[in-house]
Amino acid sequence: MGNISDLEALLRPPAMDMPVYPPKAITLASGETMVVRQVAREEVPTLLEAIYPLLWVERDFYDIVAARLFGELLAYKRYRVKDEYVLVGLIDGVLAGMVNGRLVDEETGMSYHTLTIRRGLRVGSHLFAAKMEYHIEHCQQEEVLIVAESPIGFRRWMIEYPLEKRFEVQHEMGGVPSWVLPKDVYYAAKPRLVSGHRPISDELMQSAASIALPEEETVVRQVAGEREEQR
Amino acid sequence: MKPVYIAGAGMTQFGRSEWTLMQLASVASLAALHHANLGETPVDGVVVANMGAARVNRQTALGSALVDQLALYPATAESVENGPASGASAFKVGVQAIASGMADVVLVTGVERMRVVNGLEGTDFVASLSHPEAEYIYGVTLPALAGMFARLVMDKFGVERKHLAMVAIKNHENAAKNPYAHIRQTVTMEGILTLPEAAVNNPLIADPLHMFDCCPVSDGAASLVLVSEDVAAKLGGPRVRVAGIGQATDTHAVHEREDPTDLKSVRLAAGTAFDRAGLKPQDVDVVELHDAFTILEIAESEASGFFPRGEGHKALERGETRLDGVLPINPSGGLKAKGHPVGATGVAQLVELVWQLRGECDARQVKDAKVAYACNFGGFGNNVVASVLQREA
Repeated sequence: MGNISDLEALLRPPAMDMPVYPPKAITLASGETMVVRQVAREEVPTLLEAIYPLLWVERDFYDIVAARLFGELLAYKRYRVKDEYVLVGLIDGVLAGMVNGRLVDEETGMSYHTLTIRRGLRVGSHLFAAKMEYHIEHCQQEEVLIVAESPIGFRRWMIEYPLEKRFEVQHEMGGVPSWVLPKDVYYAAKPRLVSGHRPISDELMQSAASIALPEEETVVRQVAGEREEQR
Repeated sequence: MKPVYIAGAGMTQFGRSEWTLMQLASVASLAALHHANLGETPVDGVVVANMGAARVNRQTALGSALVDQLALYPATAESVENGPASGASAFKVGVQAIASGMADVVLVTGVERMRVVNGLEGTDFVASLSHPEAEYIYGVTLPALAGMFARLVMDKFGVERKHLAMVAIKNHENAAKNPYAHIRQTVTMEGILTLPEAAVNNPLIADPLHMFDCCPVSDGAASLVLVSEDVAAKLGGPRVRVAGIGQATDTHAVHEREDPTDLKSVRLAAGTAFDRAGLKPQDVDVVELHDAFTILEIAESEASGFFPRGEGHKALERGETRLDGVLPINPSGGLKAKGHPVGATGVAQLVELVWQLRGECDARQVKDAKVAYACNFGGFGNNVVASVLQREA
């Protein structure tokens, strides 16, 4: 072993050339515009801050998703995962949700997580679709391996697309039997599930240039529901 | 019959709750009792409305349970299950107890905790109200029935998807002003109908109904304190009188109706309620309708007598049913956005109307409201309870 750089090179997984996800804008049911864009490694600490309070929210398996995503983001920032990417949804610059995944090889993608902070507007559905769009259309992959931790995820991905079983493959998320989105199923589902327009204006892009976080209390309330009140 | 007054009204926030069924019922009940400010006056009876607790919460005899929870012994206790009309049916039972002289104070509480089961089971338990041999066994669900109903109404009267969206937009806007509402998120015509993104934002549920045409599945509870004239006089404060109640039934299976687009049971129940109140639809200042699906608000607004048949969507288009219109409908946000914990809904509609008549609704207050009307739509229109409330000076 020569020096620390040599060791680091051994510890880092090899990297493929990955295309940049071209940002797009989506009008939500509320009329608000969500910009979907890729994040750089230096933005990861901001995302970790948003995820942190969700580590203790059991509802809809947010705790497991948050904990795993936290690790995946750290691994991405510090080069301990192969070919990962992260996309975020921003409404007026405020984080509404995030998705991530990685490329297994040139043909196959591995979907990791979808975490929605602003609920009730199908933000998660839009972001998951953007993730599939990235794998199939921009990375030109043949298929994406997918599992869901929550029943909501199962309904959104397995049923809505619909995904196909690939149970002989253990997904990286806990070795759960995998489901798969093949290219042809993606294109069949695209009119129903993939939306947004490009290019987006400079002004809109500027509004999404940096990531603002909602207050921690707001994040937890949006995810876990309003605090119960009485009259 | 002796006059009956509503002295107190309270509810929990609707949405997804971590509270138990009895915690929900107790909190709403205590809120209503506090609102009534009964002092030492005892509660003579308790009536609890609920539809699914036996199945999804594995709890029965809710009336007795609530008496015990609130230590209201030896008050009488009843539980009422009448599908989605359970709330107003329980209200009717409470009103009858006071009108007959059997009680002076009755607590009526509606409660449902549906989010404890997944969406499929929740949909199935509500579908169990349909005809077992003619509908349920073929997989009928409430969204399916509402979808077929909507298609017929649209074909017959020229109602379009934009009208359904207008109901959703209006009710979401009202719910945004209601701290007790399940969904406090406004929506736009572009976001749910006209832009390409709307296909994803607002997916199809049961043709022609889309996601934003359907109410959410909610947990929650609502309560009313009913009192006799003597007790009302002692309590003082604003007096809201139960002016009239009407109830009517129709065939269990929707297809057996001569005209499935004619909500006959709503028409009959409303007619009876107005007759008993000595009032007309034109006298009403504020309305709560059972908009489990957007099409139902339009159809019930006609069947209740507010607009001629086939004209409800036109009144909607003219803005007449908005909060600032001539006849505000669903200022609470309706089932569509306030939420629909099934057994609590009929009571919650009346809670909103009591608050409206007392001028306690803050940003969603209908100005100078003196007469109010509610329609609690059970089954798919096979059991409907209509109520008219009036504020006395």
